[in-house]
Amino acid sequence: MTLTTSSAPLPLSRNAFGRLVFLKDGAPHQVNPVRAFPLSAPLHGISLIGEDGKEVLWIADMEAVDPAARALLDEDLAAREFQPLIERILSVSTFSVPSIWALETDRGPVQMTLKAEEDIRKLHGRQNLLITSADGVHYRLPDTNRLDKASRKLLERFL
Amino acid sequence: MRAKLNTLENVLAATPVDLTADLRFGSGQVVLTSERLLAFDPDVQQWSEWVLAPDLSLRFFDHGGVGSLELHDSTRRLGLWRITLSHQTAVLGLMQQFERQRERLLRNEAYQVVEDERALCPVCGSVLPPDSEECPACARQQNAPTSSWVLLRLWRFAKPYKMQLLLGFALTLCTTAAQLVAPYLTIPLMDKILIPFQNGEKIDAGLVRFYLGALLISALIAWLLGWARTFVLARVSERIGANLRTTTYNHLLKLSLDFYGSKRTGDLMARIGAETDRINLFLSLNALDFATDVLMIVMTSAILFSINPWLALVTLVPLPFIAWMIHTVRDKLRTGFEKIDRVWSEVTNVLADTIPGIRVVKAFAQEQREADRFAAANQVNLEANDRVNKTWSLFTPTVTLLTEVGLLIVWAFGIYLVAGGSITVGVLTAFIAYIGRFYTRLDSMSRIVSVTQKAAAGAKRIFDILDHVSNVPDPVNPVKLGKVQGAITMENVGFRYGSRTVIKDLDLQIRPGEMIGLVGHSGSGKSTLVNLISRFYDVTDGSIQLDGVDVRRIAVSDYRSNIGLVLQEPFLFFGTIAENIAYGKPDATREEIVAAARAAHAHEFILRLPHGYDSLVGERGQGLSGGERQRISIARALLIDPRILILDEATSAVDTETEKEIQRALDNLVQGRTTIAIAHRLSTLRKADRLVVMDRGEIVEVGSHDALMAQEGAYWRLYMAQARRAEEDAEAAGVVTARAAGVTYDMQSLPKSHVDGSDENR
Repeated sequence: MTLTTSSAPLPLSRNAFGRLVFLKDGAPHQVNPVRAFPLSAPLHGISLIGEDGKEVLWIADMEAVDPAARALLDEDLAAREFQPLIERILSVSTFSVPSIWALETDRGPVQMTLKAEEDIRKLHGRQNLLITSADGVHYRLPDTNRLDKASRKLLERFL
Repeated sequence: MRAKLNTLENVLAATPVDLTADLRFGSGQVVLTSERLLAFDPDVQQWSEWVLAPDLSLRFFDHGGVGSLELHDSTRRLGLWRITLSHQTAVLGLMQQFERQRERLLRNEAYQVVEDERALCPVCGSVLPPDSEECPACARQQNAPTSSWVLLRLWRFAKPYKMQLLLGFALTLCTTAAQLVAPYLTIPLMDKILIPFQNGEKIDAGLVRFYLGALLISALIAWLLGWARTFVLARVSERIGANLRTTTYNHLLKLSLDFYGSKRTGDLMARIGAETDRINLFLSLNALDFATDVLMIVMTSAILFSINPWLALVTLVPLPFIAWMIHTVRDKLRTGFEKIDRVWSEVTNVLADTIPGIRVVKAFAQEQREADRFAAANQVNLEANDRVNKTWSLFTPTVTLLTEVGLLIVWAFGIYLVAGGSITVGVLTAFIAYIGRFYTRLDSMSRIVSVTQKAAAGAKRIFDILDHVSNVPDPVNPVKLGKVQGAITMENVGFRYGSRTVIKDLDLQIRPGEMIGLVGHSGSGKSTLVNLISRFYDVTDGSIQLDGVDVRRIAVSDYRSNIGLVLQEPFLFFGTIAENIAYGKPDATREEIVAAARAAHAHEFILRLPHGYDSLVGERGQGLSGGERQRISIARALLIDPRILILDEATSAVDTETEKEIQRALDNLVQGRTTIAIAHRLSTLRKADRLVVMDRGEIVEVGSHDALMAQEGAYWRLYMAQARRAEEDAEAAGVVTARAAGVTYDMQSLPKSHVDGSDENR
């Protein structure tokens, strides 16, 4: 089942257990929204995956979704896409890995462990970084040039 | 927290909550007591509580590094806490305790203190492996901080050559001293011979002969000592380098698969090859020169001061400037060179990616794309070099300029002193001769900055490997394995790969000699489970036991020698077929090898090869078909006579005909061994005693084929789907078989081309 253009509001609601429920042909399905291209095209290709791991609905474009349903989807997606933005690198424990970084992020200050230099993934262009910490949290750094000089200097040593 | 508790209320488990509901970092807690569940919300900074009741349940999900812990009753969700996965162990512990309490409430029992019979790690709270006090979870997280004085850490490799190094150093000292004799002799040459001659005196030939002879002898001694010094020290450094390389490689081999998963071949090859070579060069040449230079400077200064302290002072004025310059540029260059190294491995990585995959590149006509990718990596390399060179190119000329200025100062001050009559011309020439050497040494010393930094960068990358602790650590006091029965017990096994939970709460008991078939969709965790049993990874939670002993308490090599592994993609090393079969048991006799090959149904085709068992097979076993390679790898597994056998899709890479051959080989292999087989084609598992059906990291069904078919559950669905496919395939194949019958996969690779090759020759 595919949703393409703007149509009737999606039959989507949240149940008492906090799960999204989608009515497909009248039958309720508990679903999880998943982005198909979380990095390159976050608003295109959102799939509602049912409890059994099967796709219940494919949303080609988030823009086509009615505001109420979109708010519900955004709520769920936010939790699945915990990607703090790095605003400053306060200090690093060592320049060789594993290294513990003290960070300031848009979600507050945090300590992160970098396991290997390979965990710094360069997304299109060398300035846009995705850093995976040892415990699996993805930190984003959309533009290294926007960091302050001290942070950039620390980061340089790992790039 | 303590104030919140009632008397007689015990805290059973607690987990930190490090995220707020809107996903900001914060600090809260969820605490389970014998009566209640208490939560301190990191957002509103308040406690809330729920009295335990049988209808309450805790659920935990995770995605992308964030876990959600939810409290439900039968009608709705009561609480939601977000936790990063660094606290997963604590969360799971809390959930287990919660479950225990719930079961107690269901039985309507009052709470009583139950001593947990299993010991817990005092640090992280996870269950320790039985009879052991080290916590595998914590051991994995410990990582010693790396010192920035990396090069000094090379001492560990230099230590065995202490005496030779000392000898080398003594020789250096003597060489330098011998070299300094020559300029000193210019003073009497000037003052006692040349200046008197200019003033009209005759040259004393005997004196000239004496001084020139002394000059020659000092030069000869310096030459001899210099040769001995370089020879001794180069020898030592070559050995240190070789040792470093071997140690790094040995360490690399001990690291778990986890490490290899995140590193690329090109990068690792560069580290072991180029970096050790660079360190070696540094030790044998650059460091040696530097030490000589420092000695030279110290000794020269001493001589200069002894001749004339004032002039000596003036001569040495530029030295601190140069030292300061070297120091400031040092940092910049070091980061620059480290960067160049990393960028360089990007270049080699492109090669390591493309060359093994060249068939794909060509098949999809993507040569240009790969060329562009390489060019881009090379461009980045160029830019990184350019940036360093900007600083670097300025550096050397500046040192030269300072040298010239220093000479100028000495000339000026020297002439002034000569004019004042406080020194002789001879002393001035000696000074000029000394500082000529002196400053050229400074110049070459300035080069040490870059080579040291390069070597340090190399050493850092080597130590990155050496410091990496294996995820599959060998226990400190390994349990000796006697005769292995082959019983495998999995208890509450959980495994997380990065932030993804691949296996959770898995319990399975395998009896000695039993054959287990693992069934499930791809991605259901079968291969991961097999990797855990082979101990390529260690479990994140729970334990796997062999004959009741936690596998983490057995020495890795000891454990693996009891496991025979047949993989989907058999890997043959460069060498003869016999060597490949005997890979796991290098001292196997020829009879044993042939027997293993016979049992693996490989004997006949091996004999058809031109050199029989001595035929060479290449890197990826070129010249052999998939089925043949597979049978060699089965023979390899048979030869070590393992108690436990793991077949990971052993037959899925070959056609049905070959599969039958392999199946016959496998039937020989399986007999009397604990076998765990993964197969896509369910028909290959017909001999299995029990089938274990997995789905999304959990066991959904266990039982024999017949029992599972009768259940009409997950296995039945899989089986029916495959049976349907097979039927369709058979129908489709029926049309084609007539045409394709003459040319099967196997025949093409066998050296009997005259049978069906005649058509092509015409």
